[in-house]
This record gives sequence, structure tokens and C-alpha cells, in this order.
Amino acid sequence: MNFIEARKLVHEYIRRDEEGNVEGILAALDGVDLDVKAGEFVAVLGHNGSGKSTLAKHLNVLLKASEGTLWVDGKDTLDDKYQWDIRKNAGMVFQNPDNQIIAGMVEEDVAFGPENIGVPTDEIWSRVEKSLKSVGMLEYREHSPNKLSGGQKQRVAIAGVMAMEPKCIVLDEPTAMLDPKGRREVLEAAGTLNREKGITVILITHYMEEAVQADKVYVMDHGKVVMQGTPREVFSQVDRLKSYRLDVPQITLLAHELRKEGLKIPEGILTRQELAEALCQLY
Amino acid sequence: MLRDITIGQYYPSDSVLHKLDPRVKLMGTLVYVLSLFFFRGAAGFAAVTLGLAGMIHLSKVPFRYMVKGLKSIAVILVLTGMFNLFLTPGEPLASFGIFKITEEGLKSAAFMVVRLTYLILGSSVLTLTTTPNRLTDGLEKALRPLNRIGVPVHEISMIMSIALRFIPILVEETDKIMKAQLARGADFESGNLIKKAKAMVPLLVPLFVSAFRRANDLALAMEARCYNGGAGRTKMKPLKYEKRDGAAYLLLAVYFAGVIALRAWLR
Repeated sequence: MNFIEARKLVHEYIRRDEEGNVEGILAALDGVDLDVKAGEFVAVLGHNGSGKSTLAKHLNVLLKASEGTLWVDGKDTLDDKYQWDIRKNAGMVFQNPDNQIIAGMVEEDVAFGPENIGVPTDEIWSRVEKSLKSVGMLEYREHSPNKLSGGQKQRVAIAGVMAMEPKCIVLDEPTAMLDPKGRREVLEAAGTLNREKGITVILITHYMEEAVQADKVYVMDHGKVVMQGTPREVFSQVDRLKSYRLDVPQITLLAHELRKEGLKIPEGILTRQELAEALCQLY
Repeated sequence: MLRDITIGQYYPSDSVLHKLDPRVKLMGTLVYVLSLFFFRGAAGFAAVTLGLAGMIHLSKVPFRYMVKGLKSIAVILVLTGMFNLFLTPGEPLASFGIFKITEEGLKSAAFMVVRLTYLILGSSVLTLTTTPNRLTDGLEKALRPLNRIGVPVHEISMIMSIALRFIPILVEETDKIMKAQLARGADFESGNLIKKAKAMVPLLVPLFVSAFRRANDLALAMEARCYNGGAGRTKMKPLKYEKRDGAAYLLLAVYFAGVIALRAWLR
């Protein structure tokens, strides 16, 4: 069984008027199938309102499906008795760095998760040290989070999740509020965890560039998964992506335009290096 | 303007007082405040002064830094002094029109001013030597017995520490909103009090909206990290009494007994 398996997942937001009558139903998720293997780096792309954040909240049982099933680590998310188990194993990092840091000192915030699940004091200390080191924030352990930059705060948030020793970490648009430097820091931290510790990473984003390093990409639109595959497979369909109001990475777009003009270069170019090599082979 | 708020200001240092268990310091502050209302006569005054001076010395916080905290309550001090000076009946010493200064008035004015000053200085020793987190930890543990009669002690201390963490964030946000509204032509300065209060509405509404959104986000983030109330939680930095804490309790007992004994003896 895959680490995460969703079958025909449906989530409906029901809007009611003052008497409690149903005014409207919005299907934020509409029959989503998702398969993520342990240790994979998966990116979920989508425009605003595509349902990608709703999907993220299901992986951590912050929301429950209206219909369909979702298993995380072989456990049914609809079963209440697994709720804490799943949250422990699928950590979550949110968009706003300020609104997810609880304590007034970096190391105490990282300790918040382990404290909640009852880890003994000695082990909390070693876990805090380990996870701060893994995101390169160890030297800031006694700082106040208010004095850190956005990228540093997000790395602290990732460390806070790592200290719970999850098998999987879900990042819900972790870079949306950061400057380019902060974005790079956070993505590097996530990539390192995936490569070196074998943590399954699910990155929810609307920046195409961030999806390039993923093993697999899902594209969502109006609550449905509309495209899936490797970054190369997905990004080679430039026109289709545009119809979902998504922009492909600039290099891919450039290659696509060149190809349209008649140059014989392959579709789905992802990096500057690849484009340079493809161009060199023409002459 | 909001930057002047100094709740929970902490002065980092490595004094004995900084290292003491926060529960001891809470108890100490309580005992000290009680002693301020118990002491009598010059000997009692000397004992309390000695106690306070000793604590300030031990805390390694510069005295000038502490006195700064008194500035904010200077008005209250002067008012209290005046009321006591002029409105205490007794033997008149001097009179200005309907006001007269009495001997009793002079005495009680001096007493009240000293008491208030000592009260502020003494309790600021607590906040200056204890980080807000240790303080809430101490409160949580000291008040734990109240849990049995249904007081949500853990929740209260969690609320306090989150509030402390968000004060600077909300102050910054207020600043931002203020500038944004000023840029749109809002006027917070001119007009009478009512007009000024009305001008605050476009500042407060967005601030409240954002505070609620933050609260919602934070609750989600806490739940995602398995926060489930106080039951079954462990601590990264649990409070543990050390030898020096025992010694401090002993010293406190001696001090309090001394003040009480002086009072009984002088009767």
C-alpha cells in the first residue's frame, strides 16, 4: 500500500443561512485520487481556489472528507482513533510564519510538538537539537522568533514538525509570504530532509519553479486532479497548463516558444543547463 | 506610542535571582508585598528596606534601570501623597486656605509613598529577573492545586504565554495599519477626545479582524502539532527545585518572621 492513498475524495463546504438551511454547496475537493509512495517528493500545483490547501488539511486530519476515503500510513483518516497517530506522522507547515510559532523562544517552539505527544524531557532536548541542526537553525536556538526573517521562521516551523519525527511533512504554500532568498532557504531545507532522511514531502504551491525538484507533480483545478506525472511530463504541456491559469517555469516557456518557432528541441525542458545543452546540439 | 508598553520586560543577567525557581520568586513577591502592609515603626521600615536593597543588589539589575519603571506611576505617587498630606485630620502644622497639613497627614503621606514605591520596585524585581515563559510556567505549577476545583490552570497559562508572544506582532501590525490609514488621509491627531476616539475605529476594526484570523491560524497550527490540552504533556524545561531554592524559602521565612516579630514587639 502507498504511504498516502486517496480514492474519490470529496470535500464540500456547505454554506448555510441564519436558519441553518443550505444556501450553497462548494465542492473544494471533487473526486481526488492521490498516490504517494514513502520517501517521495510530491508537488501539488494549483491556482487559488483549486482545492490544494483543502487537500493538504485532509492529510493531517484537520478536515475530514465528506465522501471517499483517504489512508495515511495505512490508517483510515475517517477513523477517530487514528487522528493523533496520523497527525504525529504527517506534520504540517502553514503559509504564515508568524501564525504557527507558539513559543517566545526558538528552541521552546520546536519542543512544542514533542511536549504534546509526551516525549520524555531528555529526549526532547536531543530531538530539538537534531531537528534545528537539520534545517541549519541551531545557532538561533535561544533567539526570539520575532527577530528572525520569514525564511528563518519557516525553517523553525519545519524543525518544529521534524522534532515530532514524522514520516511525512506537508508544506502548505510555505513560501507564499517570503522573499526569494527565504523561498530558496525553505525549499532547500525541505529537499535536504527528503534526500537525507527519506522523509516524504508534499509541497503545495503555486510557484511552478518549486515543483521542478519534485518526483511527481499533481495539478489541481476546481477540486479535481487534472494532470499528474513527472515534472517533465507535466511541464511539457505548456498550453494545457495555461488553461488552468498556471505559468510554467520561465526556462520551460522559453524552450516551448523556441520550439514553436521551429527549433528542434525537446519538450519539457526544466533547467537552464538542459536548454543550453539542447541548443548546443542543434549546431 | 504602544512601544512604551513594558509588560514582562526582562533584564538578562546570570544572577542568583535569575536562576531561582519562578515559584520561589512568586512566593517571595507575595511575602514581600504582605510585609509591606505589616511593617511598623522605624525598625520595621529598616527591615523592609534592607530586604528590598538586598534583592536589588542580588538581581544585578542596575538601580537606575529599575527607577525608570517608577516614572510611569509618578502621577499616582504624587496624587496619593497629596491626598494623604492634606486630607488627614489631626493636629495642624500649617494651613493654606482650606487645606491644612497635619502631623498625622505628613506621616501617612510619607508612609503611603514609600509603600507604593517599594511595591513597584519589589514586584519589578520579579519581572526583571524572570522570563515571561518561566513566569507562566511557575504560575501553572504553583496554581496546579486549583485544577481540582475546576480551574483550567494549564489553559490559562497557555493563553498568557501566547498573549505575550503576540504582543510585539500586534504592535507592529497596529503600526502598519496606522501608516496605511494615514496614507489614505486618516487623521488620528486633531480634534477633541470624542473625535479622536472615533478616528480609532478604522484602526481597530482591521486590527481585530486580523487578530481573529491569526487566532484561527494558530489554533489550526497547534492542533496540527498534536496539541490536545494539558493532559499527558511533558516539558522541555520542567521546573525542579534545587538547593538554592530551599535556601531562598528559608530566607523568606526568616524575613517574614522578622517583620512580624518587629510589629508585635513594637506594639
